[in-house]
Amino acid sequence: MPRTEPVTDWANDFDVLDPGYVEDPFGVWDELRATCPVATTQRRGRAWLPMRYADVTAIAHDTTTFSSSDVAVVAFDQDEDEDILPYGLPPITSDPPLHTWTRRLLLPWFSHRRVESYETLTREICRSLIKEFFDSGRADAAVDYAQQIPVRVISHILAVPDDMSEAFTGWVRDSLEFADDPERRRRGNYGIGEFLWSKLQERKESPGDDLISDLLAARHEDQPLEDSIVLGMAMLTLIAGVDTTWSAIGASLWHLATHDDDRERLVADPALMDTAVEEFLRAYAPVTMARLVTTDTQVAGCPMNAGDKVMMSFPAANRDPEAFERANEVVIDRAANRHVAFGSGIHRCAGSNLARMELRVAIEEWLRRIPSYHLEEGARVTWAGGQVRGPRSIPVVLR
Amino acid sequence: MGWRPGPRPSFDSGCAPLRLRIDPDRCQGHARCFAIAPDLFDIDDFGQSSVRSDGVVPAGREDAARLAIANCPEFAIEAVED
Repeated sequence: MPRTEPVTDWANDFDVLDPGYVEDPFGVWDELRATCPVATTQRRGRAWLPMRYADVTAIAHDTTTFSSSDVAVVAFDQDEDEDILPYGLPPITSDPPLHTWTRRLLLPWFSHRRVESYETLTREICRSLIKEFFDSGRADAAVDYAQQIPVRVISHILAVPDDMSEAFTGWVRDSLEFADDPERRRRGNYGIGEFLWSKLQERKESPGDDLISDLLAARHEDQPLEDSIVLGMAMLTLIAGVDTTWSAIGASLWHLATHDDDRERLVADPALMDTAVEEFLRAYAPVTMARLVTTDTQVAGCPMNAGDKVMMSFPAANRDPEAFERANEVVIDRAANRHVAFGSGIHRCAGSNLARMELRVAIEEWLRRIPSYHLEEGARVTWAGGQVRGPRSIPVVLR
Repeated sequence: MGWRPGPRPSFDSGCAPLRLRIDPDRCQGHARCFAIAPDLFDIDDFGQSSVRSDGVVPAGREDAARLAIANCPEFAIEAVED
């Protein structure tokens, strides 16, 4: 069951699931950066939390000392899946050489050119979602909109029916958002795994133009891929493609609901969209990935032991004043923006082109139809955190 | 760190042309350069960026080139002056 005692000492006893932190981590990051830029904890297992852009990116580039063999931020006891998925979810849970060739098989599905071909579909999804709630004059921007978009695009890429969207969303949330509850986590992972396993068997009989069929036809060193590798890669595509982008879309819409000046400016000058999207990604980066320390080492004087985890807080790195001017302000025309919302180094999010397109189209379509909106008075905005941070409910009134 | 907004040196005619170089080992496919200046950069299906026209930046595109440099999270692009 979830176990989250209130945190009183962030430097030595941090907890990424602390409810106050989930809702507003920014003050904690500033305080830690000034006093103890690499925090530690023993909760769930021994782990470290670097806050500085320079430390986070340096760790991301040292894939020998910091392995991706366990990227889970919340779960520390994932061994139960090893017999089904002996290779984990490549390439995200892999180090070279497995990482290198599995990633190369995945990347063309998310190339710039390929992603362009998903844009019309994404726009249609956004428009039909808005149609559903527009006349009522109110909506939950997270549940009715943000949550619905990426899962449908990913379903298209995996060539599975749209009506699986709700099941997928539930499983992915169980797997990531509720990972602190082993029962729910297992239910989510098994739900996704069993469904995609059945699709894998189907596609062996009748291949189509989809990611799973493509991986089944692929060869590595003249050999077909093991089924467990194809399954792991398909599971990764679903798990990584849903919660993350939905959280970025939701956080951006939340920002625009609570900052009239930015919203009005963006509506008046759509040419700002590109820098605005990058700035939302920087300021509200959803994803934290873990690394497993392979050999005793030090980061900024902190002694890390083999077996410890490091929480790669890309969101905190993105708010480091050493790397960004006005780091805690959202500047929608920020010109220079080397944010690491999609990570850094060889594990750069393979779906970043897709996520960027979905985020841009989702905001464009929302603002086109709903140029003015605000939070519903008295309603509560709720946030989820841990591996992926983002709003889970944003009740808004459309003006 | 790196490029900052504000007054910048201009590259009037008469200055040597700006030339861009991408370190292929550093490039990880974030695709920011291609998004900012598709006339200066190309990108392949694996996300690897490359410079067009041997990296020579046409007159008037120097600011776009510098913006691309300032948005590369891997610090993979550099400007060299011939």
